Amino acid sequence: MSSWRFLILNSHYFLGANNMETFLTILLDGLQFSSYLFIVSAGLTIIFGVMKILNVAHGSFYAWGAYTAAFFIGKFSDMGLPDALGFLIILAAAIVVGVILGFIIEQGILKHMYERDEVLIVLATFGLFLVLEDIILIAFGTDPYFAYQPMALLESVELGGITRDVYGITLIGVAAVVAVGCWWLLNKTKWGTLLKAVIFDREMGISMGINVPLVYTLTFIGGAILGGLGGAYIAPTISVAPGLGTEVIVLSFAVVVVGGMGSIAGAAIGSLIIGILRAIAVHELPQVELFVVFAVMAIVLVFRPEGLFAPAKPRKI
Amino acid sequence: MTNKLLKGALGIAAVSAVALAGGIAHAKDTITIAVPSFLTGGAAGPFGIPAMNGAKMVTDAINKGTLPAPYNTKGFGGASASLIELDEGGGATKQVAEYRNLVEKRNVDAIVGYISSGNCQALAPIAEELKQFTIFATCGTPRIFEEAARKYVFRTMGHATSDNVAAAMYVKENFPDMKSYTGINQNYAWGQDSWRDFDLTMKQIMPNTTASDKTQFPKIFAGQYGSEISAMSLDKADLVHSSFWGGDLEAFIFQGAARGLFKKKIGVVTVGGTAAYRLGKKLPDGLVLGARGPYGILVRDRDSALNQWFVNTYKDIYGIYPSGPAYQYGQAILAAKIAYDKAGSDASNEQLADALRGITFESFSTTIEMKLGGGHQAATENGYGITKYDADQGENVVTGVKFYPASCVLPPDGVNSVDWINGGMKGAKC
Amino acid sequence: MFNDRTAKFLLLAALVICVGGAFAPNWIVNQFMFGFSRALAILGLMVLWRTGLVSFGHAFYFGLGAYAVAILDSKLGVSDVFLRLMAGAVVAGVAGFLIGFIMRNYRDIFFAMLNTAISMVLFGIVVKTESLGSTDGFAISASTIFGLSPETKYPLFVIITLVGLTAALAVNFYLKTTFGKLTTAIRDNEIRVEYLGFSVAHAIHLKYTISTILAGGAGALMAMSLGQVDPESMINWTVSGELVFVTILSGPGNVIAPFIGSLVFEVLRTYAFELAPQAWQLIMGATFLTIIFFLPGGIWSLIEKLGGKKNEK
Repeated sequence: MSSWRFLILNSHYFLGANNMETFLTILLDGLQFSSYLFIVSAGLTIIFGVMKILNVAHGSFYAWGAYTAAFFIGKFSDMGLPDALGFLIILAAAIVVGVILGFIIEQGILKHMYERDEVLIVLATFGLFLVLEDIILIAFGTDPYFAYQPMALLESVELGGITRDVYGITLIGVAAVVAVGCWWLLNKTKWGTLLKAVIFDREMGISMGINVPLVYTLTFIGGAILGGLGGAYIAPTISVAPGLGTEVIVLSFAVVVVGGMGSIAGAAIGSLIIGILRAIAVHELPQVELFVVFAVMAIVLVFRPEGLFAPAKPRKI
Repeated sequence: MTNKLLKGALGIAAVSAVALAGGIAHAKDTITIAVPSFLTGGAAGPFGIPAMNGAKMVTDAINKGTLPAPYNTKGFGGASASLIELDEGGGATKQVAEYRNLVEKRNVDAIVGYISSGNCQALAPIAEELKQFTIFATCGTPRIFEEAARKYVFRTMGHATSDNVAAAMYVKENFPDMKSYTGINQNYAWGQDSWRDFDLTMKQIMPNTTASDKTQFPKIFAGQYGSEISAMSLDKADLVHSSFWGGDLEAFIFQGAARGLFKKKIGVVTVGGTAAYRLGKKLPDGLVLGARGPYGILVRDRDSALNQWFVNTYKDIYGIYPSGPAYQYGQAILAAKIAYDKAGSDASNEQLADALRGITFESFSTTIEMKLGGGHQAATENGYGITKYDADQGENVVTGVKFYPASCVLPPDGVNSVDWINGGMKGAKC
Repeated sequence: MFNDRTAKFLLLAALVICVGGAFAPNWIVNQFMFGFSRALAILGLMVLWRTGLVSFGHAFYFGLGAYAVAILDSKLGVSDVFLRLMAGAVVAGVAGFLIGFIMRNYRDIFFAMLNTAISMVLFGIVVKTESLGSTDGFAISASTIFGLSPETKYPLFVIITLVGLTAALAVNFYLKTTFGKLTTAIRDNEIRVEYLGFSVAHAIHLKYTISTILAGGAGALMAMSLGQVDPESMINWTVSGELVFVTILSGPGNVIAPFIGSLVFEVLRTYAFELAPQAWQLIMGATFLTIIFFLPGGIWSLIEKLGGKKNEK
């Protein structure tokens, strides 16, 4: 039908682009930034969904993941090992950081606080964040770490009339894998059903015989691994320097708030909305780029405070 | 009834007692110099630590008398100096509180340092109020001496206007066929002012060029510039101006180089000097690189005795060549020595200020004339060079280095920088 | 209003402090000025906390108060202390009242987050706007009192102490009224409060507005003490975090607590800076964790325990 053809041929105008090339560029930019946001905030939303904890120390998982990956990529590269090993290091760094830090924090501090007011727990994670930031300074020093080898390995490609780095495009792939993986875990496995039960009603879960403390510990470690993965995968594109964790905290909060706390689909949609809006802003009206994230967050909070996809909450007297 | 009263009184008394107990008494033939610098956060690596290292190295040499002539006398007016290292982080409010502590509680003799314009801006009036001899070492905003006359505050480095005026002049001389330019700068005072100064100067000296209407101002510490690089790749501009520093600069260079941005456009990085040594062969060739004045890689080969001493001693102790901030803090300490030598180690703040006002002195890499801001603001040359990786030496060098004299890139005393540029830069002597 | 022990103590303490301030060294006077300015905001946050609400975005009102003073100074040349204080409190209070219509329907983490989002929007606006000084901020001329320009900071110090005293007495009185007692009631069980015939939404709206007025006044006083405003120290989410830190540190037990807590915070930060210039964040974070774990009622609960009084939950 000719009206469909018309729509498709002119769809680029929806993104404010003047032609299909710019459209593709803006779309890819949006997807890339969305993927970055999603990977970074997936862990936060899982932890909140299951444990009702808004983990400020999430920024630390990101930072530790980035530093660990950068440190070892640099070391291995100096030793002359092939650059492709970098990808393995990234995965390993995420897992190691997630397991160790996640375990220590959950068992050492959070476990003792589950009965307390949830806002108090948030404050505790804020204190933890401050401590972990300085430990990074002590452990790694103030100089930045570079781990560009994996990004350099994948080189670049011409798309949409400009040069793009392939590594950035793989980010989209990683985000997709994480998203599908989480969906599959939650909906197609027995473990996922247990998780959903605990999310919905913790007390009933306990009375049904679910080992809730184990669920909590594993969930927290899982969220930590995802946070570490975010940092580790981004490390090759940036200069890993102190203060790394602070920026992501605010961003991931925004995504999680928009998407609905505790919903993976929400985090994905929230990332997409913010990412694409920001890409359009950068290309068409750079002056408002700074506001896009917080404006969306504020609007969603005002009109739909639980977020766009929040799981239903039973009301208790 | 008395219980609660006592409890509360105990509370307040305890707090006050602890607070009072922290005073330090200082001896007579040593002086204390407080050196604030970024020891934490994103500015520590590129600025704060090199700066502190430069300050420590120079202070040590002065205490031992091992600086080259004419500064080879021991001490500051004979007195040995002990440094108090402080973190400049935490925001201007915290720094104002700490500054007051330094002066009124810890009784330091001199305060030398500060990198952040925000801090310098907040502290200048306080320094004047407390009548404390203070030397700002690195902060860039011209407003410090343009907004009010100062008696106790000095700055031994040229201010940021010269960075971008010199950049524009360098571009005009080396890329006369350039037709349009765009910029990516951090969205805060430093980035906004840098772009403004560059843009205004270009309008004056290259009036046939056009500025892009889609200049980028990402949030500071954003770290991810994929969209911005795409937008600039699509933009027809030939040149990209950036005042990025630290992690942002390095991330931008990595991401931009991976996408061939610097092969398609001329990149002007006004604070590139801090990344030049660290990036090694990852620094793209052909960047127009600045170091905020005659510092760092731009002056590595200047063969004055002072410069060679500075470069070699720094390399020996710290294993890497000194970058801009090391020079800037080093020369500020040197200025303090000159003031103390002239006025005596037990001089008052007024006498120290009188000793430093309006003088001209040889610093490690250049000549500093304290002739702006009523004798309180330094005027130095500023210049740029083009990066190239020297494979034989295994390090970065700059080619085509050109410096412009102070009178060419800084407004005369008493003239506001923005007005000066807009007025066609009257009185400039190149 | 002056009958109970808290009020009597406050009056006596204020007198002692004002007199002592005349003889104390300058840096102590400054610590007290900063501490008491901040304490005003903490007082407001304490009222909210007793209601079970924590705001991670009160830097919005704090910053509004500070910037109101700065803008009045640079555009209209207003320098009188009381006018500036009024301006800060009123501007923040009006904003708080309007935003309160939305806020009063939120609880828990959403309440905290919405406040953060709003404060970051303001932060972004100020940073982007060069005429508002961007990240450099701008300086404020010295304050005058009824037209007189004092030589030292002592008169300002006395005024801040007296303002703090008035606010503390007022809040203390308020907390004893029916509406004031609703704070803990709402925290315990909102539905029962509704059954008692009170509108929870109205109550929360009122307390929210009170807290914003206090925060705005605090910002104005802080701006006057510092002589400078900038967004990083006054509007950023880290400032909100700091305010919450001190609220927890002080504890919700009594109106005296915020003042003690603020002073302790100033001392703590000063010594953390001095002793560990590279690790002061660690010290602050560790302190925070310790307080949350071992002293959930804040410093005030410690003082109460020392006095042998049982800790009320």
